[in-house]
Amino acid sequence: MPIDITMPALSPTMEEGNLAKWLKKEGDRVVAGDVIAEIETDKATMEVESIDDGVLGKILVPEGSEGVKVNAVIGVLLLEGEDASAIGTTSSAKAPKPTAEVLAAAEPATEATNEVAGNVQVIIPAVPKSDVSDPDIPAGVSMVPTTVRQALRDAMAEEMRANDNVFVMGEEVAEYQGAYKITQGLLEEFGARRVVDTPITEHGFAGLGVGAAMAGLVPIIEFMTFNFAMQAMDHIVNSAAKTLYMSGGQMGAPIVFRGPNGAASRVGAQHSQCYAAWYGHIPGLKVVAPYGAADAKGLLKAAIRDPNPVVFLENEIMYGQEFDVPDMDDFVLPIGKARIHQPGSDVTLVSFGIGIRYADEAASELATMGIDAEIIDLRTIRPMDVETVVRSIQKTNRCVTIEEGFPQSGIGAEIAAQIMQHAFDYLDAPVLRVTGKDVPMPYAANLEKLALPSVADVIEAVKAVTYRD
Amino acid sequence: MARKPKSLPKSTKSKSSSGKSKARAAAALKTPEPADFSKEQEIEAYRNMLMIRRFEEKAGQLYGMGYIGGFCHLYIGQEAVVTGMQAAISDGDQVITSYRDHGHMLACGMDPKGVMAELTGRKSGYSRGKGGSMHMFSKEKNFYGGHGIVGGQVSLGTGLAFANHYRNNDRVCLTYFGDGASNQGQVYESFNMAKLWKLPCIYVIENNRYAMGTSVVRSSALTEFSKRGSSFNIPGIEVDGMDVRAVKAAGDLAVDWCRSGKGPIILEMQTYRYRGHSMSDPAKYRSKDEVQKMRAESDPVEQVRQRLIAKKWADDADLKAIDKGIRAVVGEAADFAQKDPEPDASELYTDVYL
Repeated sequence: MPIDITMPALSPTMEEGNLAKWLKKEGDRVVAGDVIAEIETDKATMEVESIDDGVLGKILVPEGSEGVKVNAVIGVLLLEGEDASAIGTTSSAKAPKPTAEVLAAAEPATEATNEVAGNVQVIIPAVPKSDVSDPDIPAGVSMVPTTVRQALRDAMAEEMRANDNVFVMGEEVAEYQGAYKITQGLLEEFGARRVVDTPITEHGFAGLGVGAAMAGLVPIIEFMTFNFAMQAMDHIVNSAAKTLYMSGGQMGAPIVFRGPNGAASRVGAQHSQCYAAWYGHIPGLKVVAPYGAADAKGLLKAAIRDPNPVVFLENEIMYGQEFDVPDMDDFVLPIGKARIHQPGSDVTLVSFGIGIRYADEAASELATMGIDAEIIDLRTIRPMDVETVVRSIQKTNRCVTIEEGFPQSGIGAEIAAQIMQHAFDYLDAPVLRVTGKDVPMPYAANLEKLALPSVADVIEAVKAVTYRD
Repeated sequence: MARKPKSLPKSTKSKSSSGKSKARAAAALKTPEPADFSKEQEIEAYRNMLMIRRFEEKAGQLYGMGYIGGFCHLYIGQEAVVTGMQAAISDGDQVITSYRDHGHMLACGMDPKGVMAELTGRKSGYSRGKGGSMHMFSKEKNFYGGHGIVGGQVSLGTGLAFANHYRNNDRVCLTYFGDGASNQGQVYESFNMAKLWKLPCIYVIENNRYAMGTSVVRSSALTEFSKRGSSFNIPGIEVDGMDVRAVKAAGDLAVDWCRSGKGPIILEMQTYRYRGHSMSDPAKYRSKDEVQKMRAESDPVEQVRQRLIAKKWADDADLKAIDKGIRAVVGEAADFAQKDPEPDASELYTDVYL
């Protein structure tokens, strides 16, 4: 039976890509390993290889096509003895076999996970549309759809243009254009002096960055992911965060540590952890965790300008998501201010970063049950805007926190303690936490979904604090 | 049980040491002959080293009296290292070191009163009493601390050198660390980047033979620390760290090397710490004889004193006058540090953020 050639996933989080080029034409004979096509995303480019010997029988998606979904059938490979008449016999409608050899496992596509067997809920809800304007954006400013990736890049580029002391350093930030393409184009614009590829030595280059900051430069240290920053923890905590205090205010470290934080998808225990609570624990650090592209841009610019060390927690899954970003010459948001993502009256959902997506999706479902949820996006973990949270609790009298991190001593635990202290008399129910489960992240798709917080978890917690069945 | 090392530091037999190192480092750099000091240089070195010695003796006393708390790591015995190196650098060059930092701060020209007041945790200390013995800084004197995590200052110092390189200025960074830190992983991460980018960093390894209580032969697979950069093609030379003239000559060579854009260099200073690792050192890991022998035969201050006398550049009365002056300065610093008030309670919450 002919084999379907399907759109491969370049990474566990890829949902779609462009079919850039067919390198073989219909009727061409191919052997296993021949490159038959090139595909690309905004993040990377990759060759599609044939997995078997045969003839390229049919091209179903022409080159130049954009937005081709992962696992879509893009062509048909005829095997020995088959001819074009066999093409109709493929099982395109059924689960297609992966015919392209790719580095990563097939993408557990967001939409597709709805169909996964069992009662496991969607792990990552689709991006919701928020109709709440950000109070920090002046009225009348036009909005430009921008991915989080572009927003981060623009923030760095703008600050680098404005201040020669700002430079970016990390693994693959220059010639590779960023492991996640966040630094794309920066090398070309700013040169190798200011866009510095490092060896794979997180401890060393984090310390080097802090030293450069103590000398008055403004380093942006990119960690390929914050999982690797564990190697650099000593310099982030002991050198960057404490020097100002230990020196009696004489010298500090104006530095930004940034990179993706938290779970990506199917990358296992050592690559899937949220560090918000870890860094949020440390006096001397500021910790920012933006959700959309506008916040990513406005807060990264603020982080670069901040004279204190800032840990800037991004999320790989969000990089390719598009949001409106105000078209302003210099859009900077204040660090330390939460944002009411959606006003409501019955319960307060407090979250940050990608957690807002769970909150959003849950809020939509809760609305159908007649529960009006207010969503607060913390945006900054430290200093935490407790006041905005408390004010909301005074109105809703109920609170559910949402984060991907572990439960013990997490951000939710901190918020619960703050509410106990500052709004105890306003509470009509105990504060509940929705968190990642108290286990290392498993690899298996079903277990990973169970380990992450889910929209169902949020709804269940909200029902509990509102005493609904 | 006193554990006796196999041999005394090579610095006690400096002739053969320099001969050996010459042969070994033939392909790279050679240990220079000790600098030829003028009378003024000798007296200056004597004064600076004695200042550190007297200061540290006083710090030890104040610790015993309970004025200084926590950890206190004295530099007695190693004075020639910072004194010689400081004489080799210029204004604007940076200095960074570990927690055994009092000598470095005095050598950088920091005020003994401010240093001593920090040791006693008082408001006029360099860090307003919030840093302590291990954590002092002076932007004015280009002294970047004062770091308590063994080896941490090596990456930081490499970053200071990176800033010089980035700014394309002429400055070099003296990054001090010990034989103990030499086994930390980040040291080699830093070596790699420093050489890769040709950063103007002088790595001064103060080999005082003991990482806390573990002798170099028990902790280090390769005890020739000058060779620790060989994987990165960073040249290194052994230096008699008890002879301030040898240190100065090596410092001059290293500064020239860095300023001419050749990248990092390693100076292994063979030195010796007379006192314990910190004040609570049981001193069970080495013999009293070993310490006594070093003091008697290689003392850095005594070496200068003898030369001054031999050359008739000073007599006993002159040297006593110098000592008296230094004791007065140190005494004044100690008085100040005991009388200065503790920091105001409001200081608890200042300097956390800018």
